[in-house]
Amino acid sequence: MRFWHFTEQSYHPAWDKTTDPLRIVPPSSMMDREVVADLFHRYLDEYRLADELGFDIMVNEHHASMTCMSSVPAIPMAVLARETKKARLLCLGVPMANRMDPLRVAEELAMIDMISRGRLEFGFVKGSGWELYISNSNPARMMERFWEAHDLILKAWATRDGPFSWEGKHFHYRTVNVIPGIWQHPHPPMWMPGSSAMSAKIVAQKGYTLASFLCGHQAKATFAGYRKVYEETWGRECPLDRLAYLGMAVTADNQAEAERRAHALYAYWSTVPRSPAGTFNPAGYAPVEANAQAYLAGPAKQMSMGLMPDGKPLPAKPTLDELAEAGLLFWGKPDQVVRQIQRFADQVGGLGHFLMMGQGAYLDHKETADSLKLLAKEVYPAFKDSAPSPEPIAAE
Amino acid sequence: MLESLPLERIDVAGVNAERVKMGSGRPLLYLHDGGGIEFGAGFIERLAQGHEVHALSHPGFGGSDLPGHFDSVDDLAFFYLDYIEQEGLEDVILVGAQFGGWIAAEIATMGSARIGQVVLIDAYGIKVGSRDKQDVADIFYLLPEVIAEMGWHKPRPGTKAPTIEGARRIARNRESHSLYGWSPLLHNPKLVHRLHRIKAPTLVLWGESDRLAPVEYGRAYAERIRGARFELIKEAGALPHVEQTEATARAIEAFLTPVAA
Repeated sequence: MRFWHFTEQSYHPAWDKTTDPLRIVPPSSMMDREVVADLFHRYLDEYRLADELGFDIMVNEHHASMTCMSSVPAIPMAVLARETKKARLLCLGVPMANRMDPLRVAEELAMIDMISRGRLEFGFVKGSGWELYISNSNPARMMERFWEAHDLILKAWATRDGPFSWEGKHFHYRTVNVIPGIWQHPHPPMWMPGSSAMSAKIVAQKGYTLASFLCGHQAKATFAGYRKVYEETWGRECPLDRLAYLGMAVTADNQAEAERRAHALYAYWSTVPRSPAGTFNPAGYAPVEANAQAYLAGPAKQMSMGLMPDGKPLPAKPTLDELAEAGLLFWGKPDQVVRQIQRFADQVGGLGHFLMMGQGAYLDHKETADSLKLLAKEVYPAFKDSAPSPEPIAAE
Repeated sequence: MLESLPLERIDVAGVNAERVKMGSGRPLLYLHDGGGIEFGAGFIERLAQGHEVHALSHPGFGGSDLPGHFDSVDDLAFFYLDYIEQEGLEDVILVGAQFGGWIAAEIATMGSARIGQVVLIDAYGIKVGSRDKQDVADIFYLLPEVIAEMGWHKPRPGTKAPTIEGARRIARNRESHSLYGWSPLLHNPKLVHRLHRIKAPTLVLWGESDRLAPVEYGRAYAERIRGARFELIKEAGALPHVEQTEATARAIEAFLTPVAA
């Protein structure tokens, strides 16, 4: 299993200054530019440390959000392409349907792949519903745009013999010609998130790595769905490196400190619902049938926050132990974290990648660095032997 | 209510749509608001007392198919021009409410000798205000209860869809409204520059309490259509045809009568 360090690069100093939403609407005057700059440098320092410790790296993207300042992931990726030496650099990912100019995405990532000498990994994501209020991209037909952008970007990377024209339904280019091309030709390893067996199907058919985010034991059914379709499509056993899970992880050399750090990190979770009400599911974002069922059911009492091992929903106010059991937050002394991750991986049927939110919310730099070092020294070795091939596996 | 409407299937230039055709008299084409044909059921029945009313669910709404290439209001305008020609309608009255008013305005700018008169009710479709402010409320962002507060003169409790079929229609209506109206928000930037092309006598009706598309927006709409009449409907918000069905129908009849005489 490979471990990837991930942080949302939040501006948490503002979180408790307001009870209003932290996305779309908060005034940027709540932010201190000195603190913003310090935080950006700090998060980059932690990514560089992760590289030195032998972890891989994951970066994401959100917009107009106090929970994630990384609005242009190509920027931290570009810095890290030069500052890191060994880590694979996963951008997971670009909300494709929200991008008016997919050629620009292909160009940005190709440069990152070249500068990093082929360490780029790339994920196409649908993106959160509330992002559509910022990109102004239409929720109706967004998956149609998603797949057209996907096809265009892959063709742009694969094409080495000069320009081609693109006159699609949603995107139009006279000449598509990515200069200087991409290091990992025809394209880098590809990822896609999925949170159900249904959404895993298309990812399996493409042979891309499936990533399930913070959904606890829902991952079991999702992965099973992936493996089934993968085996039907490709006629062979699903390699472990096609299955990834994102959870929070923190450790310390004593129980009291580990518990304190777990609380600091878990505070991230409280920000998940803090978008303006009604922006999670703009009309067209979810399929008609799902929306129809939702209207009949009436307003949801609370957002779905992952499943426990027995398939029941996570309790409304879970304890740290319940969070560990659910596979949302792995915490404790290193030996406890090893057991928790191992148990979770076994219960969901095997994991190739652990996308580790090793920093989040109020976990400060000293705590993060100490936790990452301990994770590298005392947790990762228990899993690293079973890591998939270090050679990047291009999609079939 | 949908149950009171005699729905039938009809093919319009390759698009399978659902239609209501009721009453007799001079033909009147009703273009429904974003809530779908069912929202204006009572209004359709009232208009049918003196006219041959034609009302279709716009492609993508209710039970009407949505062709893959439809994504803008001019697609809908061409669809309705096809319908008017196919049915051989002459001297037809276009009555469009809110989103349907936008479609009616687009049809009228395209120009057809078959269009006799035009009635726009709290219509969307134009941009007249400053570029750093929305002219009309963002109904795709606001919560339903806020939209109700801004849209009704006298807010009424929302009704829950009783059946899965009803819920599917709501889901399709909302998705298609977004498809056509998400961006630019509920307008076509070119439409305001084409309104001078409307030759048919036009009545612009506005609910005095509409805060989704405020009265000033309605006045600006009317001012840009040559000779258009502008009238307010009292004790009505964004949907006067639903909230004040009788007053709205009478205002339309009063506008139509001099031409018929």
